[in-house]
Amino acid sequence: MDYILSLITFLPLIGALIIGLFVQGSGSQSSENAKRVSLVTSIIVFLLSLVMFSEFDKNSSDFQFVEEFLWLGFFNYKLGVDGISVILILLTTGMMPLVFLSSWTTDKRVKEYLISFLILETLMVGVFVSLDMFLFYVFFEAGLIPMFLIIGIWGGKERVFASFKFFLYTLLGSILMLIAMIIMWDISGTTDITKLLNYEFESEPFYILGFYIPSGIQTLLWLGFFASFAVKLPMFPVHTWLPDAHVQAPTSGSVLLAAILLKMGGYGFIRFSIPMFYDASLYFQSFIFILSVIAIIYTSLVALVQNDMKKLIAYSSVAHMGFVTIGLFSLNQQGIDGAIFQMVSHGFISAALFLVVGVVYERTHTREILAFGGLVNKMPNYAMVFMVLTLANVGLPGTSGFIGEFLSLVGVFQIEPLYAIFGAFGVILSACYGLLLYKKVILGELIKENLKRINDLSLREKFCLYPLVLLIIIFGIYPKPIIETYSVTVANYLQILN
Amino acid sequence: MIEILIFGPLLGSLIAGFMYRSIGENVATILATSIVTMGALISWFVFLDIVSVDNGSVVVFDWIISGSLNSQWAVKVDSLVKVMLVVVLSVSSLVHLYSLGYMRHDHNWNSGEKYKARFFSYLSFFTFAMLVLVSSDNLLQLFFGWEGVGVASYLLIGFYFKKPTANNAAMKAFIVNRVGDFGFLIGIFLIFYHSGSTNYLEIFSFFSEDNKIKLLGFKIEEVICFFLFIGAMGKSAQIFLHTWLPDAMEGPTPVSALIHAATMVTAGVFLTCRFSPLFEAAPQVSTLVLLVGVLTAFFAATTALVQNDIKRIIAYSTCSQLGYMFAAVGAGFYQAAMFHLFTHAFFKALLFLGAGSVIHAMHHEQDIRRFGGLRAKLPITFFTMTIGTLAITGVGIPLSYYILGFNFGLSGFVSKDIIIEGVFASKNNYSFYAFVFLIFSALLTSFYSWRLVFLTFFGSFRGKIDDFNHCHEPERTMLIPLVLLSLGAVFFGSFFEFDFTSAKYQIFSDSILLAKENTILKDFHYVPVVVKLAPFFAMLIGLSIAIYFYVINPHAPRVLANQQPILYKFFLNKWYFDELYNIMFVASAKKIGNFFWKVGDVKVINGSLHGIGLSFIPYLVALASRLQSGFVFHYALVMIIGFTAIMSFFIISFYGL
Repeated sequence: MDYILSLITFLPLIGALIIGLFVQGSGSQSSENAKRVSLVTSIIVFLLSLVMFSEFDKNSSDFQFVEEFLWLGFFNYKLGVDGISVILILLTTGMMPLVFLSSWTTDKRVKEYLISFLILETLMVGVFVSLDMFLFYVFFEAGLIPMFLIIGIWGGKERVFASFKFFLYTLLGSILMLIAMIIMWDISGTTDITKLLNYEFESEPFYILGFYIPSGIQTLLWLGFFASFAVKLPMFPVHTWLPDAHVQAPTSGSVLLAAILLKMGGYGFIRFSIPMFYDASLYFQSFIFILSVIAIIYTSLVALVQNDMKKLIAYSSVAHMGFVTIGLFSLNQQGIDGAIFQMVSHGFISAALFLVVGVVYERTHTREILAFGGLVNKMPNYAMVFMVLTLANVGLPGTSGFIGEFLSLVGVFQIEPLYAIFGAFGVILSACYGLLLYKKVILGELIKENLKRINDLSLREKFCLYPLVLLIIIFGIYPKPIIETYSVTVANYLQILN
Repeated sequence: MIEILIFGPLLGSLIAGFMYRSIGENVATILATSIVTMGALISWFVFLDIVSVDNGSVVVFDWIISGSLNSQWAVKVDSLVKVMLVVVLSVSSLVHLYSLGYMRHDHNWNSGEKYKARFFSYLSFFTFAMLVLVSSDNLLQLFFGWEGVGVASYLLIGFYFKKPTANNAAMKAFIVNRVGDFGFLIGIFLIFYHSGSTNYLEIFSFFSEDNKIKLLGFKIEEVICFFLFIGAMGKSAQIFLHTWLPDAMEGPTPVSALIHAATMVTAGVFLTCRFSPLFEAAPQVSTLVLLVGVLTAFFAATTALVQNDIKRIIAYSTCSQLGYMFAAVGAGFYQAAMFHLFTHAFFKALLFLGAGSVIHAMHHEQDIRRFGGLRAKLPITFFTMTIGTLAITGVGIPLSYYILGFNFGLSGFVSKDIIIEGVFASKNNYSFYAFVFLIFSALLTSFYSWRLVFLTFFGSFRGKIDDFNHCHEPERTMLIPLVLLSLGAVFFGSFFEFDFTSAKYQIFSDSILLAKENTILKDFHYVPVVVKLAPFFAMLIGLSIAIYFYVINPHAPRVLANQQPILYKFFLNKWYFDELYNIMFVASAKKIGNFFWKVGDVKVINGSLHGIGLSFIPYLVALASRLQSGFVFHYALVMIIGFTAIMSFFIISFYGL
């Protein structure tokens, strides 16, 4: 078990190397082989992470499976997981087999496509296991590259614009984070996250160029990290890259973007901003609440009038991420528990929703809402899956969507009831856009000629969607396995901070 | 035992929904029906105390546990729940039975399309969700059931998913209910915030002590009850949040009987009764409940006067009767509210299923202007619907209480009159006005209920003569529920009056808590004789006008409508609520959404952020498209080099510091 984290992290990279070096030729046979290799790799990684999870001690808030050694005499290579990261690692590694399964029909530069995804997996897992600030940064930033390529090469018509927009937004945010990290290193003399968690940064107010800086250096550092995580999550008003990126990205790209990449922002907040700059977090609490509430209401209303299915779901993602930030910055048990649960649950729901859009896109090559209607007549299983997902997205009790939203709002209600009330408006609005989409796409008479021969879910698609649907319901009724994984960690954090 | 009762319908739903392909539609539907019927029998044993049940809660397993928030899946059966179990399971089993016949040949589906098992699956799922709602021991599980019945209602209203009207109605029902749920959620937040629990017992024990907490200048109980009542208004279709209920009639008629008359819509009443300890401590909100209830009773009754769709008339009637129940709650007379809920379930389900039988015979015609004279063709339907009408309008022997010691009459007579007396006797400032409005609504109720009967069953047939010749009584599975429900409509009022409202022996001593100064259980007997007689005479007046309008002088309604065009249109268009809401909410939400999107996102955010970047993005794009023919890894290489360069630059420059 000593090197299990490194193994989980870098095994996908090895899979990528195998595809790059050993899968020769460019015919259909070789791409078939490449797909098999990537699927098998991702399944092995998932099983390994399950083994790791089974050995994980939920009752301890310490970092576990820690590995540490100096690398090139400069980088401190340190890995480890606590309750929060372990659940996000499971989400990542569990999602990958579905991603490979869902992109089985890709036929454009298959090998490169799969290699990009495998590299991306390494980088995503890397973000969650890093216990060194700069290591985290490398994984966090390097993840941009494969995603940039996935959108830019395998995307839709305006993929180049979208991929640059995605890249520039996130990179600009990250540069500020990098500066903040360097300052932290300069002040504390360490890049080790475990040490930084126990280091108290100054919170004495001071003046810079005549500007009053409350909470002192903490404020500046907090803002540096905020720039990066807010773009990544994304929060209002820096969310506009997301709809463009989703619309242009291929289905599996959207799945990962929504399910995992967005969660890095939330993870960043809980790993860095909140525990390391607690005073600044308190200072900015209302600011975050306001932005979150705007995100929930504003983007829900925007989602209501979208014509493109993916854009609608993208906007709804922004709204749901609003619950994550509002919960995290409640800085109490329910709020943070809810926010993390919301991240996991949104991982299932949004991934499945993008897969669902992919199913009809593959058959009709359009995502225009108005191009559909009455699909239930030909695709009953599809309609059923879509229904469950819509209800989960709406936050219906009994689905995982409810628990995250509810706990987040309970959390914020104890701090600032008004924001919880505004946040709860999202409950009404999500029902509006969710059911409207469902009605327009699924219900009604099947009139359009080109839809009359459409097929229901294939076996492969069922393998992708049914597990997610089941998880959404199971964790909606019995969320304990997820919550208890990280609740001790969260409780310990809060105890130290207060 | 009770667990079987509750999870049985879920099992039935799953079997019908997922296994009908292998076991066949008929087996699946009959199986679902028999499970619910078994449940109904058990629930009567429990209700009549033949089988005794522990009234503590049985925890099934944990649900949401986070810090001090601790909620479990649990089953708790006290007197309030026993009543609801009987109502839900009895009506549900009869509706299941009825649907076996009603859904057999449905012209909305092409041959070969399988829909029956799906219908039964939804019905059973609804039953399950409703049982979870009522048997909960905590607010969160109640909310689960609350939303679960909402989903079932959504699925069943939109059951004919090929009809755009049905789909719109389903969506409307869900969204309007969500507005109520929004209030409900805030109520839950408030309760958890102050009492630290979601469990009923813990909540009530917290609020039973004088806590002196104020919020916005009001007692905390007032605020909490206000928000809970918003939730109840949504589910129970009270005025302002009622607009979904008439539209919900798009669903198949058995659904209307089960969900939109007897059970789901009464969940709001159940909620307020469940929280009687809090409502008792919130006099201002109780007044609000009273006024909203009275206003709804009146509004819905006026609208029902002029509607022509047989189901919509009954829907408005339901809305109106729910108003009576809330009036009772507002008056602090929860027992009467529960009693009326109980009797109403039977006679209203009867009316709906009777209407279904008429619609079935008339090939899905629902306009009462095209019926007439059906008495001869549908004798049993006529007979049972008349019983339902006698019950809802309140036919009985007035003042029989003084002679017999109980009110002798049909069920509606007993339960409605008790509400009216209770409202009059309550110590609320508005009780007299409320009483007057309720009496007037009773007159209207009598008029529109008889109007329906006269136009449908009397006079001469006004539709296509072929339809009349071919129409016949439905099959036995549909008639048996009608007959059984008629028995309930006739006897349950007098029979159970004592159990529900006797000051000494009422069954709710373990679930409904009245404040010490609330003596309504005694007071309502001691109202003036005029008050006791008033509803009866209101009923007689309504009946007489209906006879004059629709039997003696059939031209009178048209003349009156022409004389009062504004009032007629106002009622016919349901007080213009739909039009108003369309402008206020639907259209404006879309406008705001478009504004946020096209101006907020595209112009302001993208505009300003891109304004900075636009100078070089096009350049990059051009560069990229030139590079595009190149090999993938060139990009990667360029990116990695650039990225490392930036990083090294910063690290080295700061390291130097």
